[in-house]
Amino acid sequence: MSEMYFTKEHEWIKVEGAKGKVGISDHAAHELGDITFVELPKPGKSVKQFEVLAAIESVKAASDIYSPVSGKVLTVNTVMDTAPEIVNESAEEKGWMVELEISDAGELEKLMTKGQYDEYLKTL
Amino acid sequence: MQLIYEQSVSGRRGVKLPASDVPSAACLPKNLLRSEAAGLPELSELDLVRHFTRLSRRNFSVDTNFYPLGSCSMKYNAKVLENSAALFAPFHPMTALLPGGEEYCQGTLGMLYDLGQLLTDITGMDEVTTQPLAGAHGEMTGILLISAYHRARGKKKKYVVVPDSSHGTNPASAAIAGYEIITVPTAPYGDMDLDLFRQAMNDEVAAVMMTCPNTLGLFNPHIKEISDIAHSHDALMYYDGANLNAIMGKVKPGDVGFDVIHVNLHKTFGTPHGGGGPGSGPVGVKKALAPFLPQPRIVMDDEGKFVMESVKSGTIGRTANFFGNFGVMAKAYAYIIMLGREGLINVSEQAVLNANYIKERLRDYYELPYDKTCMHECVFSASRQLEHGVHAIDISKFLIDRGYHPPTVYFPMIVKEAIMIEPTETESKATMDAFIEVMIEAAKTAESNPQALHEAPLTMPVGRLDETKAAREQNVCCAG
Repeated sequence: MSEMYFTKEHEWIKVEGAKGKVGISDHAAHELGDITFVELPKPGKSVKQFEVLAAIESVKAASDIYSPVSGKVLTVNTVMDTAPEIVNESAEEKGWMVELEISDAGELEKLMTKGQYDEYLKTL
Repeated sequence: MQLIYEQSVSGRRGVKLPASDVPSAACLPKNLLRSEAAGLPELSELDLVRHFTRLSRRNFSVDTNFYPLGSCSMKYNAKVLENSAALFAPFHPMTALLPGGEEYCQGTLGMLYDLGQLLTDITGMDEVTTQPLAGAHGEMTGILLISAYHRARGKKKKYVVVPDSSHGTNPASAAIAGYEIITVPTAPYGDMDLDLFRQAMNDEVAAVMMTCPNTLGLFNPHIKEISDIAHSHDALMYYDGANLNAIMGKVKPGDVGFDVIHVNLHKTFGTPHGGGGPGSGPVGVKKALAPFLPQPRIVMDDEGKFVMESVKSGTIGRTANFFGNFGVMAKAYAYIIMLGREGLINVSEQAVLNANYIKERLRDYYELPYDKTCMHECVFSASRQLEHGVHAIDISKFLIDRGYHPPTVYFPMIVKEAIMIEPTETESKATMDAFIEVMIEAAKTAESNPQALHEAPLTMPVGRLDETKAAREQNVCCAG
């Protein structure tokens, strides 16, 4: 059973054992509007928690995507290269961007659960 | 309207050249030679003239209509300034660089020297280089100067602090120069959050880059305090002068603690930069940074002659060929001389007054996320219209139907559904009133008939362009 955590910057991580898939929330995808380009990291790249992991462009803006936890990039979702609209269609499922090897599961405590994130969105 | 390629008729020429009677010599290797014709359109001169004249009539420009993008993109530039640049056209740019050449171009060197002096006076700096070719190039030059300054003093610096209400080029320039960026968020009062700024500062910070007034059109009242904090950490203050149009003759950035500044001659000082250039981004510095300025520099010798200063060690080197974009500087020089001190003060006062007039007249119709007296531009949010499903982009398309170029939308990014309006100093009250009426009409239509806004523009040769498709499917082709 996988667990999903969210950041204040609207990224999510779905944890399965020592690995986790990362993407942006439905809310973020909606706010950005039509996504036109996602710049993904190279597999093997190491990132620290809340450092820039990827970049995303929409018709409205270009934004950075921050890594919810520290870790190493295992794989990336290459669907992004040809069909970035998948983020608009399924931000929290098929629109995952990066799979990370999580280096410190303790960092997950700094993130929000789905319920906490929904409450957080109401404050924005 | 037909594309120029669709009008092409094989063999048709504007100018017919006689056949060459000189034997062709093979001067390029075969693999570099074209094997088939280039596929250029073939037209008569008159067809060509008509094509481009028709195209130009479809162009929307500040010469034809109100253009609320303001000095940020291009304010109206008096036509007399074009003449001033043309006067210098016969001079060869190499003249000053030839041995003894300075004798023959005292006027041109003097103009550049004087422009530098005028800019130091306007900005409160000690020295100026006119070399940088644009604003971001000026930023890069400024950051390299800051880096050279710290290095010369044996200091290792790692970070550049940038508020999120600065221009996006600020962090980009600092990152390209090798610094790590620390971003400080904007507080609800519309300026950089002072507490978070204090926390962000440390002795490894090389510089703090500020755009003031910032991208919300607000002047930061804590500048002096911010620069004192920065200086206490041995960090330098960088001023992004893109919004200088708001403060000429009112505040000298050098007086409130800034150490390095770039100004955009092509934004503030009456020279065009639509269509991507050429621009000019002179950089001013305080004395302590002067030894690192790009070389060669024009100085006045004891006899009052303008000479090229020999290259000194410590300089960051050339940042552009010759002296920068000379034509742009000639126009800026004429602009400053033409208006004089009082004229420049009047420009800023009028630009600020006009922006505040629009802000006050539209405040009942559009949300003001940062409700304060603004400087040369005011930023609304279309959040009230969003409740009816209308976005900032729908309002801007509606403006096109009513004969107005849309203002900047979706920038600054820290405002949701941002609509940023900069009328500039040149617009009359009557022009602004007419624009305001259309903005009010858009707000009322958003409530009564949102669909009408979604369908705009209706009066253009093409309707609403599919921006998503254009960004996602970049298939550019050329009909042969």
